[in-house]
Amino acid sequence: MIRFQNVYKRYPQGLEALADINFSIDQGSLTLLKGHSGAGKSTLLKLIAAVEKPTAGTVLVNGENVGALKRAAIPWLRRNIGLVFQDQKLLFDRNAFANVMLPLAIAGFPPAEADRRVHAALDKVGLLDKARVMPVALSGGEQQRLAIARAVVGRPSLLLADEPTAHLDEGNAREVARLFHEFQQVGVTVVIATHNEELYMPYATGRISLAHGRMEAGA
Amino acid sequence: MNRWLIQQRAAFALALQRLTSTPVTSLLAALSIGVALSLPAAGQLLLASLQQLGQGSAATPQLSVFMALDADDKAGDKVAAQLKSHPGIAEVQFVSRTATQKRLREAGLAQVIDSLPKNPFPDTFIVNPRDTSPEALESLRSELAGLPRVEHVQLDSAWAKRLAVLLNLGRTLVWLLAALLAIGLVALIFNTIGLQVLTKREEIEVSRLLGATDTYIGRPFYYFGALQGFLGGLVACAIVYAGFALLQERVAELAELYRMGFSLRQMRAGEMLAVLGLASALGWLGAALSVRQHLRGH
Ligand SMILES: Nc1ncnc2c1ncn2[C@@H]1O[C@H](COP(=O)(O)OP(=O)(O)O)[C@@H](O)[C@H]1O
Ligand SMILES: [Mg+2]
Repeated sequence: MIRFQNVYKRYPQGLEALADINFSIDQGSLTLLKGHSGAGKSTLLKLIAAVEKPTAGTVLVNGENVGALKRAAIPWLRRNIGLVFQDQKLLFDRNAFANVMLPLAIAGFPPAEADRRVHAALDKVGLLDKARVMPVALSGGEQQRLAIARAVVGRPSLLLADEPTAHLDEGNAREVARLFHEFQQVGVTVVIATHNEELYMPYATGRISLAHGRMEAGA
Repeated sequence: MNRWLIQQRAAFALALQRLTSTPVTSLLAALSIGVALSLPAAGQLLLASLQQLGQGSAATPQLSVFMALDADDKAGDKVAAQLKSHPGIAEVQFVSRTATQKRLREAGLAQVIDSLPKNPFPDTFIVNPRDTSPEALESLRSELAGLPRVEHVQLDSAWAKRLAVLLNLGRTLVWLLAALLAIGLVALIFNTIGLQVLTKREEIEVSRLLGATDTYIGRPFYYFGALQGFLGGLVACAIVYAGFALLQERVAELAELYRMGFSLRQMRAGEMLAVLGLASALGWLGAALSVRQHLRGH
């Protein structure tokens, strides 16, 4: 599903964020991406979603070299990837329902079908009764679950989450972790960058450890 | 309904929503576009009305060279020779005084003609000039008037010719004005959309991460520009229509007074559609240029 071959990433400022990264992730797995702050976790996820391009090496997603994708081809890749950000990136000018609707609107779903899917996604994360609520009126845990609903509403085969529980209390964090597990159970490939390995311990099928941009042995 | 249509409709709805969410700004923009567009539209319409005035006159101007009544044939021959060899003259036609008298007698004026003591008509040359520009015509006229025994040179349809020249000038001015204001409109929309892109920066960034194409992101802005232009076009049509409706009666009075076959023509449906279409297209263009400029590298 995902394969990194001798991947390097150096940002324009000259900082080497990733060096000599090699791994592969199987379809339907739940992989934890560990490492200290600044280790290169976000950078690695960005390479998968073609938000950044590798300086050297190959990033393959479903057999496709995403580092070499043309600008016009990137949207099609992203529609097959659900992204959950640490800062959620919700749009605060529209309610919960409209936030989850956005990926479907972008993909041009027929309104009736889109409505149905948004309902299902909100139901899945337990926010159906908050559909008409503006994000600002949601708690931190609810906002993160809303972001997850938006990430999965297009039924992507790959779900990338960047420290999705960093700002959540224990209870909310457990709930979010369980959600990722449920998606993995129905065949979605899940990659989660986190400090909190213990939280996902029961669900993780694989681990990648980063330290200062390099893979740590024994992980 | 296919996806393309769904997306067009959604983008249009979004543009409409953005437009109505800031009603005062949108209205002021529509007003400034409308006032600007009304100027060339009114000018064009005025020219179309004025054109009626020039119609019916000879298309190509001619000069009538009248000899003095007591000029003899020898003087006439001399003038004829000079006219024929003149480089500025394409064709000369001689109408003798007896021919004129005969034509008028045949036209039913026999009694009047016969009652006159002598033939009142001069020998006449009808001259077709090569250069029909107003300056050339005027200089030829005064030159021919200076020939010996020539009494008078009349520039036929001089007035119509002058009108045609003025109309040409007017048309050029209207086009120039229209072009300048079109550029102004494009610039205005460009700026409006540029500001909008700034305020929608976050939405645009998130949309990109969720798989939005450049086309998807640009589309609501294009529709916004076109809608803004369309509204401006509506305002322009309303201004011109109301203005001409007010003026029509006054102009009719004036025309009556001067016995001129002239009336202000009101805007036709097709012309309004043209104004609306053009304004929308310019709005779209301004938006497209702006989106290209402001989304570069995102
Ligand atoms: N856009 C960027 N420009 C320059 N340097 C960056 C950029 N993003 C991240 N970095 C640097 O790359 C390194 C890895 O960052 P990141 O991938 O965000 O780590 P993590 O997510 O593990 O905390 C850090 O040193 C960070 O400062
Ligand atoms: Mg990070």
